[in-house]
Amino acid sequence: MMQAALYALPILFLTIFYLYPLLAILRVSFGASLTEAMEQASAALRAPGFWRVLWFTTWQATVSTLLTVLVGLPLAGVFARFDFPGKGVMAALLTVPFVMPTVVVAPAFLALIGRNGLLNAWLQRLLHLDAPPIQLEQTIWLILLVHVFYNVAIVIRTVGGFWSALPPTLAEAAAALGASPQRRFWTVTVPLLAPSLIAASLLVFLFCFTSFGVILILGGLRFATLEVEIYRQAVSYFNLPMAAFLSIVQLFFTFTVMALYTRVQARLSRTLRLRRRAFARRPASWRQWAVVGLALTATFIGVLSPLVALAVRSFTLGDGGPTLVYYQALGENLRQSAFFAPPITAVRNSFVYALATLAISLPLGVIASYALAQSRSRWAAILDPLLLLPLGTSAVTLGFGYIVAMGPLRASPWLAPVAHSLIALPFVVRTFLPALRALDRRLREAASTLGADPLQRWWTIDAPLLLRALLISAAFAFAISLGEFGATLLIARPDRPTMPLVIYRALSQPGLMNYGQALAMSTILMASTALSILLIERFRLPQGEEF
Amino acid sequence: MLEVRAIHKRFAPDKEVLQGVSLTVEPQEILCLLGPSGCGKSTLLRIIAGLERADQGRVLLNGSDITETPAHRRNVGLMFQDYALFPHLNVAENIAYGLRMHGAPASERRRRVGEMLALVNLEGYAHRSVDDLSGGEQQRVALARTLAPNPTLLLLDEPVANLDRLLREELIEALRRILKRLQVTTLFVTHDQEEAFALADRIAVMRAGRLEQVDAPASLYRRPANTFVAAFLGFRNLLPILEWRGAHAVRTPIGTFDLPERDAARSAVGARLLIPPDAAVLDSAPSGAAHVPLVGRVVAATFRGSVFRLQVALEGSGEDGMLYFEFRTRGRERLPGQGEPVRLWLDTTQMCVVKEA
Repeated sequence: MMQAALYALPILFLTIFYLYPLLAILRVSFGASLTEAMEQASAALRAPGFWRVLWFTTWQATVSTLLTVLVGLPLAGVFARFDFPGKGVMAALLTVPFVMPTVVVAPAFLALIGRNGLLNAWLQRLLHLDAPPIQLEQTIWLILLVHVFYNVAIVIRTVGGFWSALPPTLAEAAAALGASPQRRFWTVTVPLLAPSLIAASLLVFLFCFTSFGVILILGGLRFATLEVEIYRQAVSYFNLPMAAFLSIVQLFFTFTVMALYTRVQARLSRTLRLRRRAFARRPASWRQWAVVGLALTATFIGVLSPLVALAVRSFTLGDGGPTLVYYQALGENLRQSAFFAPPITAVRNSFVYALATLAISLPLGVIASYALAQSRSRWAAILDPLLLLPLGTSAVTLGFGYIVAMGPLRASPWLAPVAHSLIALPFVVRTFLPALRALDRRLREAASTLGADPLQRWWTIDAPLLLRALLISAAFAFAISLGEFGATLLIARPDRPTMPLVIYRALSQPGLMNYGQALAMSTILMASTALSILLIERFRLPQGEEF
Repeated sequence: MLEVRAIHKRFAPDKEVLQGVSLTVEPQEILCLLGPSGCGKSTLLRIIAGLERADQGRVLLNGSDITETPAHRRNVGLMFQDYALFPHLNVAENIAYGLRMHGAPASERRRRVGEMLALVNLEGYAHRSVDDLSGGEQQRVALARTLAPNPTLLLLDEPVANLDRLLREELIEALRRILKRLQVTTLFVTHDQEEAFALADRIAVMRAGRLEQVDAPASLYRRPANTFVAAFLGFRNLLPILEWRGAHAVRTPIGTFDLPERDAARSAVGARLLIPPDAAVLDSAPSGAAHVPLVGRVVAATFRGSVFRLQVALEGSGEDGMLYFEFRTRGRERLPGQGEPVRLWLDTTQMCVVKEA
């Protein structure tokens, strides 16, 4: 009874704060009657922007995915096949893009290679140029570049993890049977990696398909994905039926991709479980060392240079030397600013929301994990798909759903942490559940035979092993809440902006001062997120998480 | 056929796994590399296959130097301990893989796959997934795949180590039958001397990166070159030689023995006298003159099926007087109990002197 009441909690939460808003979107989209629904749909399909947006969304996601695989595959190979000093640091670095919010990464790339970026400033001074030589701002290239930055870690983690478990004897057997290195790669390695490559590609495609912050900040008015268009229709034009229709189209795509992904993923984890063994070894020749060195250097520069540029620019933007003026400005209530309160209060708001997100998502996630761990229970049968769906639902859609569904609750300051919790919940479960499942039954049995009573057993075996997973889950939830942009943009109260909102608003205002403030706030958010990453890396689990 | 010359290989500055190994395998011969794990035998195999580079030394196949030839151009078949069957290909595709790499046309591949399946008794398995096979079936598919492109030389790395005991013996016999029928030159690696005895024409015993002895199984068993080889083959009665009395007789802690002429020549420092476990007769005096009587007490008796083993402490000989023997079980009501006195007659013609390793 007690157990049933507990297990019902996450289901209740997901029903109220996920399924209900989704249904509300459907209702808005299709109106009161079938004829009305048909009319609205055909009107939307005839709207000139629709096909353009859908086409752009699809092709940029496809190209981003291809580029990401192209960059990620060699790095995954190095990661899978070699052991080298600095490998742990490299792994930790790859967590950075995964967790860094878009409102940090997009300004970071502007700070590195934008018009006023560090690189342009250096090149101009070095080569005595009048105009900045790198002109990527407001181009598709910058968007693609940031998408690669974001998602390359997914390819490296997924494909690399799978690759490292492939016995090298397979390729060696092919060699002994007369296959040249190229043929070995194409006839053995690639077919064997295919499921993991497909899984990684699907996930990358999904993330790029629903890309929001990156496009909104870096694309200006020229580029719009479905996600951006939903936001514009809902907020700028207040065309709720159109926004709802676009949401449905996007949900159709994301759910399809998500369904494919889970199927491939299930097969993957099954094969991986069979032989969880790593075959990495030290580079044996100077050529292999060179490859490893190159990969390591590329990772260091690729991950760190935008972030370092962001921090540097936040202290030096403009002509002068080092300055704290942008940070000081965060504490003032500027005349032309779009805020009701000094921007610095957003730091407090963000942290309060993040703590509230922890308070909601951790207990719910742990309860859901225990329900799912009993894989044959009917709770698991309900929860499993219910927990997957939010992963395939974009943040803007969710925020939009809250706008149309929550009525008077819409103005509640609690709505933001609730949305954050909903987004964080699948991550919490996906971190905690594997640890729970990996708790080897024999460890408990061994403890029992060594004389531990059930309580002692829980305290000495379960607790220490699960504590790490809980800490990582907490760090993830915290970082997700701190950086959440899409949903917050739609539902946060104007008098309680979070750090991402301040950054976005400051970026969309003209003037160096606003830009500098955006960089300063981004740097603060980056530092806060880095704390979460440190926590994640410090407690990383041997069995890894599934995403 | 295969000639390996002074191979050196170092994985770390202080870890030289091969210290100048030289070896020749004759055409159609089955040669076994026998040694404990970590002795470098698998590394040597991988160097011959071209999967590992030697730091020094040459590998010659049919007289031509293949030291620098990449693995896929050597036509040397290698069967892995874990079989390394391609999980994305079915049985027939696995077997055809090497033929495909060598550019054999489809009809030829089909014919050859059928032949190979028949050879390893797996007709009808062509379209099975390799994941659905039992361990023994996987082993046979791996063998078929390795043999399909007609390798000049066959290398087997612990070919039956992953199987259970009964299946192992059966497959070893089948393996020898197949290899002899195809007359393929084979070098195989194992740590199990029974496997080596059953399969090999000659055995090369390896220790810590060096070859200790290369000999036919029977000669190896009868005359191990040194105490390491003897101990690795399972001999436990290795008595210190205290003194040589003339060219033929040795004094040991348990007595003085007259040896056959051929052994007397081997008077090396630190040599030991080897008494095989089957060199003793229990209870009744044998007829031959070469038997020396001994008296002792049973320390332990273990029943092993057709034979039983006795650990005997000889009277008044201290620690070196502990000997291990095997006797036939047939015709015996009960094993001698612990502490029981026993009389033994040792056959001196079966003893030999082995050098200190």
